[in-house]
Amino acid sequence: MIEVKNFRKSFGSKEVHKGITFSVKKGECMGLIGGSGVGKSVILRSLIGLEKPDSGEIFIDGEEITRYKENDLVEIRKKVAYVFQGGALFDSMTVYENLAYPLREHTKKSEAEIKKMISDQLGEFGLPAAEGLYPANLSGGMQKRVGLARALMMQPKWILYDEPTAGLDPSNTRKIQEHILKLKATGITSILVTHDMPTAFAVCDKMSFILDGKIAFEGSLDEIHQDKSGIVKKFIDGEG
Amino acid sequence: MIHALIASTPLYLFIIEILKFFGGIGVLSFQLLRDTFKGKVYWKLVVEQIFQVGNRSLPLVVVTAISTGMVMSLQFGLGLEKFGGKLYVPKLVSLIVLREMGPVFTSLMVAARVGAGFASEIGSMVVTQQIDAIRAMGTSPLKTIVIPRVIATFVSLPLLVALTNVVSNFGGLLVGYSELKLDPNFYVLKIIQTVTLMDYFSGFLKSFVFALCIAIPSCYFGLTVKNGTKEVGMATTKAVVVSSILVLVSNFFLSKLFWIIERLT
Ligand SMILES: Nc1ncnc2c1ncn2[C@@H]1O[C@H](COP(=O)(O)OP(=O)(O)OP(=O)(O)O)[C@@H](O)[C@H]1O
Ligand SMILES: [Mg+2]
Repeated sequence: MIEVKNFRKSFGSKEVHKGITFSVKKGECMGLIGGSGVGKSVILRSLIGLEKPDSGEIFIDGEEITRYKENDLVEIRKKVAYVFQGGALFDSMTVYENLAYPLREHTKKSEAEIKKMISDQLGEFGLPAAEGLYPANLSGGMQKRVGLARALMMQPKWILYDEPTAGLDPSNTRKIQEHILKLKATGITSILVTHDMPTAFAVCDKMSFILDGKIAFEGSLDEIHQDKSGIVKKFIDGEG
Repeated sequence: MIHALIASTPLYLFIIEILKFFGGIGVLSFQLLRDTFKGKVYWKLVVEQIFQVGNRSLPLVVVTAISTGMVMSLQFGLGLEKFGGKLYVPKLVSLIVLREMGPVFTSLMVAARVGAGFASEIGSMVVTQQIDAIRAMGTSPLKTIVIPRVIATFVSLPLLVALTNVVSNFGGLLVGYSELKLDPNFYVLKIIQTVTLMDYFSGFLKSFVFALCIAIPSCYFGLTVKNGTKEVGMATTKAVVVSSILVLVSNFFLSKLFWIIERLT
């Protein structure tokens, strides 16, 4: 369970979040949508303590994390995977080294076990030949998939996706959607930040729509469809 | 109104910038000290960085060293020849190289080459969210990125200085032999006779401080890049300028310190 209560944050004199509250139950996938610059990424980053709200509370499985220091956050970060928009792969390392990184840091697995896990994982993501390549030699879509694969190496209970499909062609988009659905089926809880409404409709159970620093609408997919005249509809149609 | 006016003057902004820098460096140094002695150090990454730092600087350092030694030998030789003081060239060149020129010139070269490298590398990692990714996976950028680079500089720079000391004196000897017609055996003998261990260490030991003056600010400027590749360029420039200034300024105080120590002993 992830709970955010009355999240507020300003940058300089610009008040970006004016009290955001939402919660995601176990096994659910929530879409966090809204225009560019409304502060979706900042919220997502705050959920693993990469940024701190000015006030408000964040509960991950009952633990309030906003006052946690970098060291206290390690255990949370092992359980919550963050999928970065551009993949955020380490460009001085090969794909193999990238995937091995979290395992070598946090587990006592032997190199043979790690090797097996990585080749299974790359097979799963349709990238069996990418092992020895450097991120610079991968296409954008492949980088995103490797980023997702790396985030999943530690078998997280929660996943935070920051625009996992932005800038991808339809076939890569579908692949990512399939992965998200497959992960959801295993009981993983997730939050999906996106502009890509077809993907949001395909994988989310419910959505929260941010407008002007607040949650302007939240509800299940059905509720969104029924809210025909509402603000979400305007956003989807490009009028909001 | 008046406040707003003061707040926009270049001097005010400059002072704020300086205060921020020393505050930031203070915090970073404290964290470095704490984390280096707490928990594991990534020795594999340290070795990798030592190779990088050494490799990156070696040609530059060798060329600087040999030409400095040669030019000093030449100028001293020409200058002193008039007074029949040519024989003092080995002594003068070796003392100046060991005490000041060796450590300072090497450090300036390393500040330019390695400092710029650190700042731009780390800055790009910030921009491409790699630093965030390190944190997001529950690991520490300090331990994986900064500490290996600081230790590597701390180890490599003194080695490079030691190399400079030899190469520079060799340059002096070359010119001494070819231009000043000094016997190489005499030249070497003269160095060995006049140079004391104190001369050597008062220069060599400084390089450990210079290493910190280069590595810590350069990593700091890289880490404080916020957004955009333009800032990476700015961070790189700042890293080179600031670490060079720190090397020069701290050199004065260190020389003074060693001078006091020598008076006492
Ligand atoms: N470190 C920062 N310093 C200053 N302003 C910031 C910082 N981080 C975010 N902002 C501001 O906060 C606002 C929200 O940023 P955020 O990245 O969360 O937007 P977003 O909703 O994810 O947008 P997008 O869909 O374009 O990714 C933006 O206006 C941005 O300028
Ligand atoms: Mg964003």
